[in-house]
Amino acid sequence: MSQIEEVNVDQFKHLVSERALTGETMLLNMGPQHPSTHGVLRLLLELDGEIVVNCIPDIGFLHTGIEKNMEAKTYQKAEVMTDRLDYMNTMGNNLSYIMAVEKLVDLDVPPRAQALRVILVELQRIASHLVWLGTSGLDLGAMSMFLYCFREREQILDIFELVSGQRMMTTYIRPGGVWRDVPVEFEKAVRDFIKIFPKRIDEYESLLTKNPLFVDRMVDIGYLSKETALSYGVTGPVLRASGVNWDLRKARPYMGYEQYDFNVPTRTEGDTYARYVVRIDELRESLKIVEQALNKLPMGLVHSQNRKFVPPPRSEIGTSMEALIHHFKLWTEGFPAPKNSVYSAIESPRGELGMYLEGDGGPKPHRIHLRTPSFDNLGVIPEIVKGHLVADLVAILASIDIVLGDIDR
Amino acid sequence: MGVEQKLGNMGVVTTSLEGMVNWSRTNAMWPMLFGLACCAIEMMSAQASDYDMSRFGMELMRASPRQSDLMIVAGRVSKKMGPVLRRLYDQMPEPKWVIAMGDCASCGGVFNNYAIYQGVDEVVPVDVYVAGCPPRPEALIHGVLTVYEKVKGETFKQYAEKYK
Amino acid sequence: MDKRLEPIVKDIQEKFSATFDEFRDEVHVMVAPEQIVDVLTLLRDEHKFELLSALTASDYFPQVAPRFHVIYQLSSLEKNITLQIRVPVNGSSPKVPTVTRVYKVANWRERELFDMFGIECEGHPDPRRILMPEDTEGHPLRKDFPLGYEEPQFTFNFDEIDLRKPYAKE
Ligand code: SF4
Repeated sequence: MSQIEEVNVDQFKHLVSERALTGETMLLNMGPQHPSTHGVLRLLLELDGEIVVNCIPDIGFLHTGIEKNMEAKTYQKAEVMTDRLDYMNTMGNNLSYIMAVEKLVDLDVPPRAQALRVILVELQRIASHLVWLGTSGLDLGAMSMFLYCFREREQILDIFELVSGQRMMTTYIRPGGVWRDVPVEFEKAVRDFIKIFPKRIDEYESLLTKNPLFVDRMVDIGYLSKETALSYGVTGPVLRASGVNWDLRKARPYMGYEQYDFNVPTRTEGDTYARYVVRIDELRESLKIVEQALNKLPMGLVHSQNRKFVPPPRSEIGTSMEALIHHFKLWTEGFPAPKNSVYSAIESPRGELGMYLEGDGGPKPHRIHLRTPSFDNLGVIPEIVKGHLVADLVAILASIDIVLGDIDR
Repeated sequence: MGVEQKLGNMGVVTTSLEGMVNWSRTNAMWPMLFGLACCAIEMMSAQASDYDMSRFGMELMRASPRQSDLMIVAGRVSKKMGPVLRRLYDQMPEPKWVIAMGDCASCGGVFNNYAIYQGVDEVVPVDVYVAGCPPRPEALIHGVLTVYEKVKGETFKQYAEKYK
Repeated sequence: MDKRLEPIVKDIQEKFSATFDEFRDEVHVMVAPEQIVDVLTLLRDEHKFELLSALTASDYFPQVAPRFHVIYQLSSLEKNITLQIRVPVNGSSPKVPTVTRVYKVANWRERELFDMFGIECEGHPDPRRILMPEDTEGHPLRKDFPLGYEEPQFTFNFDEIDLRKPYAKE
């Protein structure tokens, strides 16, 4: 096992101010084990008293080699890796990857499967925002938020368990549709959630939105301008809180998002509080989408009938020789994809989650690149924490909503 | 606590010192607040309202290794994180226990590649492995209770040999 | 091809003698490494591509010239279009000029490019590894870098692997 390398200031000469070299300002290490870095993030801070002069993030403590590992698997098997990428948004990761695969091999998706995907992805967005709300509340001293938010999150996880058998790593969305149709209890479970959740959001808001302690710590902290945000490739709620109305669900609708009526919450203040408000509003909008999609949920098949890519149902295998061959081929060899590349992106709870997928004519991807939103959103941190207190750094970090699995891949 | 039945009329309980020490160790075990990856979210769920691990005397997660005696390695350990993990382990005061939570921490899980340790037992000695990807909160609680069983079975003689 | 993309692709073709191909409504434009900074500046300033969505590479290993393609995925929020620029790079001492001056996001993305593929970005302000530890040898996402697969432990080979597994000491 390699050793922890000793850090000296010469290594970072080009990143810190001159005062650090003379010892006037202090270099302080925060992380990788720190309760408010939301995972294993290390920040090297240059401090003048309690003011942050420079911040140098050091990432990679969770580098998993997902991209390389996916290249060694067939298209179907590689999907399980995507779950573990951004673990707050497992359904969304599946969707993004599967959309790239479907685009690469040109596969159709029946309307029922599309609507189911929308419902589940939006529920996942709510769950992800709830974890964000709970943990950032915890960071700012509102302990009870954590308990309330996880109560509702459990309800969503129960729905996921109902449809897929797993709470988090669902792998439910498959090429050409979904794994199997949802059970009959699904509709009631979702309706129950739709019924109680608006009240719960009001409850959260009554605890935080006008709470003077909370507001004081958020307003005018961590200002991010529109131009900086775009230049740093920031997307998602952080970008929308800086006054850019950019949501891939509206801009390039996928999975039939164009049928649903929802708003894209934006704010122009660009501070930590604006990011909080945008996410709270997104909870309501997502719930609206879930409700509409559930009302319109069409009947019919949940996978494509293209047997070159989608395995036949069990019932067919016993009676049809052809089905048996397809089944055998799909699970032993996988399906071939053309020698070309596609890029497809969805709006994850953190921003643009894109997949660059390149086939080589065989059943395994030649190259897959995961364009993960947290990576770029974190990149803007050094820019916006300058001149703030260390305690504000915690609030800013919480408001960016980073997931380390998403950053390090 | 079940002590009342044993008290009898005299207000005295007789037990062995070993039993007493182990009992107090199990009922105030402070895990280290140390999440690595997806499993950490399930660890948080286990702490939160639905599963509520504080029923077993574990409501207090300590952020500092100096104050904790149970390390729950919740998630995959990368080659870059390994040395850091080892240092945290070395900083924990004795006696200490380690739970490898999840497949990644136990054996590498789905990530059989260059970046991940194939089991955290290559970095720190592990007492209990919890299977699952991620393990359900119940499974984690079961793992913790298994650690308790182990602690209750420990004797002073073993301690003496271990820390000679 | 999308109507809105046509004039842009034509513009690049005329100014930089680039080639392009199309797949599933996506346009990939090939330009030479020396031109990339100018191309991106042109696209950002005149054609409103504000966002560099992704910056990565692809390795075509046994092939030497070009061994890599560096990929720049651009989005324009105003026109709602995307465009992919690909830059072929040779295998021996691969280099591209840095584009951090055009898009700030390229800073970390190019560090990742160096870390994962060993493609150097000339003029980069902070050329360190980003994800792997500093003392790593090799660049993991190259095709000639091994996956690092270890044999999993099952019941039938438990003892055999147990013997050589490097268990940690107290
Ligand atoms: S065992 Fe599964 S859930 Fe846990 S860290 Fe590994 S991949 Fe994530």
